[in-house]
Amino acid sequence: MSINHNRLDLASLRARLGSSRGKEYWRSLEELADTQEFQEFLHREFPKQICEWNDPVGRRRFLKLMGASLALAGLNACSRAPAEAIFPYVRQPEELALGKPLFFATAMELSGVGAGVLVESHEGRPTKIEGNPDHPASLGATDLFAQASVLTLYDPDRAPAVTNIGDIRSWSAFLGAIRSLLQAQRALKGAGVRILTGAVTSPTLGSQLAELLKQMPSARWIQYEPASGDGARAGALLAFGTPVNTIYHFDKADVVLSLDSDFLTCGPASLHYTRDFIARRRLEEGKTEMNRLYVVESTPSNTGSKADHRLPLRPREIGSLARALARHLGVPALSAAEGSVAPEKWIAAVARDLQQHRGSSIVIAGDYQTPEVHALAHAMNHALSNVGKTVTYTDPVEAEPADPVESLRRLVKDMEAGQVDLLVIIGANPVYSAPADLNFAASMSKVGLRVHLSLYYDETSELCHWHIPQAHFLESWSDVRAYDGTISIVQPLIAPLYHGKTAHELLAAFTDQPERTSYEIVRDYWKTQKAGGWGAGQTAVAGTQSKPDSPEFDKFWRKALHDGFVPNTASPQRSVSLRTDWTSESVKRSSGPLPSGELEIVFRPDPTVYDGRFANNGWLQELPKPLTKLTWDNAALVSPATAQRLGLSHEIAWRGGEHGQVLADVVELQFQGRKVLAPVWIAPGHADDCITVHLGYGRKRAGRVGTGAGFSANTIRTSDSLWFGSGLSVTKTGGRYPLACAQYHHNIEGRNLLPSNTLNGYKKDPKFAQQEFPDPLKTPSLYPGFQYKDYAWGMAIDLNSCVGCNACVIACQSENNIPIVGKEQVMRGREMHWLRIDQYHKGEIDNPEVYYQPVLCQHCEHAPCEIVCPVQATTHSAEGLNTMVYNRCVGTRYCSNNCPYKVRRFNFLQFADWETASLKLLTNPEVSVRSRGVMEKCTYCVQRISHAKINAERENRPVRDGEVLTACQAVCPAQAIVFGNINDPDSRVAKLKKEPRNYGLLAELNTRPRTTYLAAVRNPNPELEKT
Amino acid sequence: MHERLRGTVNSSEQSPVIEPGYTFASVTDQISAIVLRRGTPLGWIVGFTVSFTVVMVLLFAIAYLFTVGVGIWGINIPVAWGFAIINFVWWIGIGHAGTLISAILLLLNQKWRTSINRFAEAMTLFAVACAAMFPLLHLGRPWYFYWLFPYPNTMGIQPQFRSPLVWDVFAVSTYFTVSLLFWFVGLIPDLATLRDRAPRRAGQIIYGILAMGWRGSARHWQRYEVAYLLLAGLATPLVVSVHTVVSFDFAISILPGWHTTIFPPYFVAGAIYSGFAMVLVLAIPLRKFYGLEGFITMRHIVNMAKVMLATGLIVAYGYMMEVFMAWYSGDTFEWAMTKNRMFGPYGPWYWALIVCNILTPQMLWIKKIRERVAAVFVISIVVLTGMWLERYVIVITSLHRDFLPSSWGMYSATVWDWATFIGTIGLFLALLFLFIRFLPMISIAEVRALLTETEGKES
Repeated sequence: MSINHNRLDLASLRARLGSSRGKEYWRSLEELADTQEFQEFLHREFPKQICEWNDPVGRRRFLKLMGASLALAGLNACSRAPAEAIFPYVRQPEELALGKPLFFATAMELSGVGAGVLVESHEGRPTKIEGNPDHPASLGATDLFAQASVLTLYDPDRAPAVTNIGDIRSWSAFLGAIRSLLQAQRALKGAGVRILTGAVTSPTLGSQLAELLKQMPSARWIQYEPASGDGARAGALLAFGTPVNTIYHFDKADVVLSLDSDFLTCGPASLHYTRDFIARRRLEEGKTEMNRLYVVESTPSNTGSKADHRLPLRPREIGSLARALARHLGVPALSAAEGSVAPEKWIAAVARDLQQHRGSSIVIAGDYQTPEVHALAHAMNHALSNVGKTVTYTDPVEAEPADPVESLRRLVKDMEAGQVDLLVIIGANPVYSAPADLNFAASMSKVGLRVHLSLYYDETSELCHWHIPQAHFLESWSDVRAYDGTISIVQPLIAPLYHGKTAHELLAAFTDQPERTSYEIVRDYWKTQKAGGWGAGQTAVAGTQSKPDSPEFDKFWRKALHDGFVPNTASPQRSVSLRTDWTSESVKRSSGPLPSGELEIVFRPDPTVYDGRFANNGWLQELPKPLTKLTWDNAALVSPATAQRLGLSHEIAWRGGEHGQVLADVVELQFQGRKVLAPVWIAPGHADDCITVHLGYGRKRAGRVGTGAGFSANTIRTSDSLWFGSGLSVTKTGGRYPLACAQYHHNIEGRNLLPSNTLNGYKKDPKFAQQEFPDPLKTPSLYPGFQYKDYAWGMAIDLNSCVGCNACVIACQSENNIPIVGKEQVMRGREMHWLRIDQYHKGEIDNPEVYYQPVLCQHCEHAPCEIVCPVQATTHSAEGLNTMVYNRCVGTRYCSNNCPYKVRRFNFLQFADWETASLKLLTNPEVSVRSRGVMEKCTYCVQRISHAKINAERENRPVRDGEVLTACQAVCPAQAIVFGNINDPDSRVAKLKKEPRNYGLLAELNTRPRTTYLAAVRNPNPELEKT
Repeated sequence: MHERLRGTVNSSEQSPVIEPGYTFASVTDQISAIVLRRGTPLGWIVGFTVSFTVVMVLLFAIAYLFTVGVGIWGINIPVAWGFAIINFVWWIGIGHAGTLISAILLLLNQKWRTSINRFAEAMTLFAVACAAMFPLLHLGRPWYFYWLFPYPNTMGIQPQFRSPLVWDVFAVSTYFTVSLLFWFVGLIPDLATLRDRAPRRAGQIIYGILAMGWRGSARHWQRYEVAYLLLAGLATPLVVSVHTVVSFDFAISILPGWHTTIFPPYFVAGAIYSGFAMVLVLAIPLRKFYGLEGFITMRHIVNMAKVMLATGLIVAYGYMMEVFMAWYSGDTFEWAMTKNRMFGPYGPWYWALIVCNILTPQMLWIKKIRERVAAVFVISIVVLTGMWLERYVIVITSLHRDFLPSSWGMYSATVWDWATFIGTIGLFLALLFLFIRFLPMISIAEVRALLTETEGKES
């Protein structure tokens, strides 16, 4: 970050003031604020924190100040709770029992669409997110963003106060400042008012916006989601003439073809889809049926790694492939366009397989594919009679579906023309995330008054007059729709830590109801709804004054909050028919094949920091990204062959090595005249001749954690090539950049760590995994075995189910107070995750099979760590847990050396944050916060076991199977992890351990691990199988 | 002197263990003058200043370590042990030569040991002091080091006696205690000599206290001889046991490259190997600067070179067997580790160690080289380096790529690792400088006993 040392030239300022004519009130900040010196002068004169962000030295000082202010911020907890009743999920206690967590249902929104969650609250502090088993988008699981959201809530870098050009102001000062402007705009019917939001599915917010647009008909509402593709909406328009929301039923599908769709880990329905998809792959209790997945994609994804057949193609070639396939499937009126680059044999075999499963197959197009590919997918599903069976349609869940780029473009045009007097940005960060060709920041400066509501004081806030801190969703009242239209009411778990406002409250200020709280707004909306009855997409106008609660409404309200969703609000199915003329339009739009060798660029939201909104979340930054295993950075992903052609490489560094630091070549990516420097990452399985860059990095004002990490792909992303485009040129700069990589070595080195087989192989030899490993219980031992009278806890992980989504890693981090260590320490090989996802590649380097293996403490019966600890800090419990006594640990690290699984993690330095006040609220009180010099590792969530045992003892019964859910197990959308009492032969885990696929990792060392794995099985098409 | 020391003189063509022409008086004069003469030699002042400066570096590194944590070092997961353990094993090994010379060679009636045993023992003490620091420094929470000792406590917890680290605590502390006693008992007659000869009051008092009332009476001598012999007997098993226990730190584990039954004998041989190299590295300059060629003769140099050659061959056999067993066992992990050790990223380290420890010492077969003091000095330094590399290779290459390829990593030392290592070398040298300045570096009493043998009668 550059530091501007320009001294303020007061003389020239004075001269400037002197030379100005007439009566110029130089205190009018907007007028003088246009020089950088003056900005600095202001900031020094009124030393508010914000200005210090530019200066690394100043930042350190600021953090000290922040510490003090946070100590005061903690006093918020002492403020009186607002008289807004929220309801616990499981049981409503007569009084809060200290030390016992309560669970509340709410919902988390991402890119507008919500998923239900349960939030664990300890004495009023939300500490952990769990899925809501009754919510259709969650089914008890959550994604990693929901898991990490509690860290964002307590992030000390969140904007602390309402500011006006860096000056702390009050909310009422803001209301005063906009009052006159609004009055003027009302007279103009709001011609100069623009409201920019992300995607909105919230019925209340939708009704508020509708009300605002009614009051000011000439005002405009723009929706822009940097990480949501418009292909699905536009494709539906193309195919059906009307936008629809497509819902896939993987539980009914035998054959699935994904055209660049990462449906297992991306998108609002991914948790539900993963559950359904994996359910069709379970090989338990003698089942030998599996679905089959074909994936065509450019960038290796989790879905691609689960594919039985995966075909890497450049994004534009996917369109040609879809066209060729559609012709095979008999999609009518499809002209014979250019020949496909994909092998004809592949296409024919896939087409045959799909046709053999008419009505039980799915063709799914990726969010970032073109409308044509979406339309082709719709047409193929129609041709395969899948519609109504495995594919259904509903109305869109958005309050107002819109073309995001087009509306953003129009906004920029209006701003350029000086037609915008008031720009209200809600939640979004367009200065960072808008396509580069729109020059959003420059045109925004022409707006008279710019107001920004967001969690952080970010790149956009910096250029806005007013910044209003936004309330986190755990601090907010709101409502949101899930992927299928189900509405959840969002209830707060804690009063806003930084006096944040919700979008509802901000919008209310613009509709002249500045004093209404979001509780009243949401509740009143639902009162009017209750009076009228509900249906999908209904947008009634929020009532302007509170009506007295009817007991009936009260009952409804309590139930909706308690359950976490409003019953029967899922959008009803609707039938749509294909337009007859869509193909001609499609052909018109499509372009010819790319010459090979011409490079294409692919933009994707980052798997962990998404579009950059999570850039300041340390858990997500330090989470090894699936497939690349990179942390703290993005990179330009390139296939091995293309890397070779371009002469690009990377190599491990001495410090940290394969488990830490990789030195990567730096390239200059030039796309449509814009350039960015990026480190190169060779991604096996990536399509040749294209390069993937992930969004979300290169943030300039993210906070202490996210600022400066990675490079910003947005700087070369243009509005006509939002997700991919051709004409990329790559120049090697000769520089090298250190990347923090958690696992560099994906070659299993011929070791029997991860046996796998095909479905046919499995049918012939179900015990293929065990042949290589002798039964651990039959190997001899000098010591008498332990006796377990009551419980013997164990775990089974089905590698066939694991999709490598990483949610378990963050769940473990959140549950167990696992610290983050920062890029520098990750590069030294010191990250702290108790649970990691090992990833191995099999087959050729250009398109390898990828296998995931979550590795956590195996809780060995003969634990090598136990016998080498000199102070008995790691011991065997009466229930077979390998326990770690932090208080006793002196830190010899011998246990880690002797652990063949290397699951132990050491606090080489003081990694846990003992200083930051707000982060203290985050900690799970049931798990010790470790100090420096102490070894730690997975405990099988022993605190949860104790909970269950205490409950069982009080009721004088044994712990039931499934009563203890470890954090990783609870969050797993694929239900790959099963935990329980292996002493009980009827428990699910005991049954799984009897499965023929069950094997112990490194069992030949006679460690007798309590965690065992169920080997992965693939179901390749015999037609395509290599002989 | 005891009968055992009065055996017949080896009258071969070997050079004598003490040059002819010395009398009781001249022996006493020459050795005690080094301590008692006025003025300190410039060389000593320079040497001590340099080594003391390095001690300050050590103290600084330790202070920073205690303030921040072991994260200042290059260790990580999977390589959780680094320089601290390497240095510990290296220093402990060096100490072994002192005990071997003073105890085993005493029992074996090897008279040539007499003039080198005093400073070899001192070297043992200082090396063990340096070594003993490392297990403490390498703890994550060093302020709880005492939890490794079995002491009565309200928690009712004792150390975990199955852990070789606990055995280490006993082995090293016993070793240090016995070595200290042995050394001190041997010093008593000489301290009395210094007391009697000290020109100043302070010296008389201090040496007087340390001499513990030694008057040189026959009864004193008789008890002294018995005590000395008993201590030699006690120290003898320690020569073997200490490094055996140290090798258990590795051999007990299940890690390929550590889990090897050959480790105990091969570690002991390696210890003596490096110990003799260190004695030579110290003896050769000492005899030169203090004009002690009469006491430390070519006989000593050659004998020690021969011991080095013999133990070096044992070590070579150890390396060979390690590789052979890795291949012969058919164990995937063991064989992969061996190949990685030889041809992986740390391959150059391995081959450097083979050159230093196996190839270079073979030159000692040649008599001419053996009898060239400078050549022996250089070879000794090479061997010391090689033995340090051996520990580096054992610790690092076994850990950095073990069972699961997902957890493979690399290790590289930081400036703090080096500061601590070099700092202990400074400490070792500083203690040695103090020793040669304030205590007789050659046993006056024992060398006088030798005179009766070389001259046939007392003068």
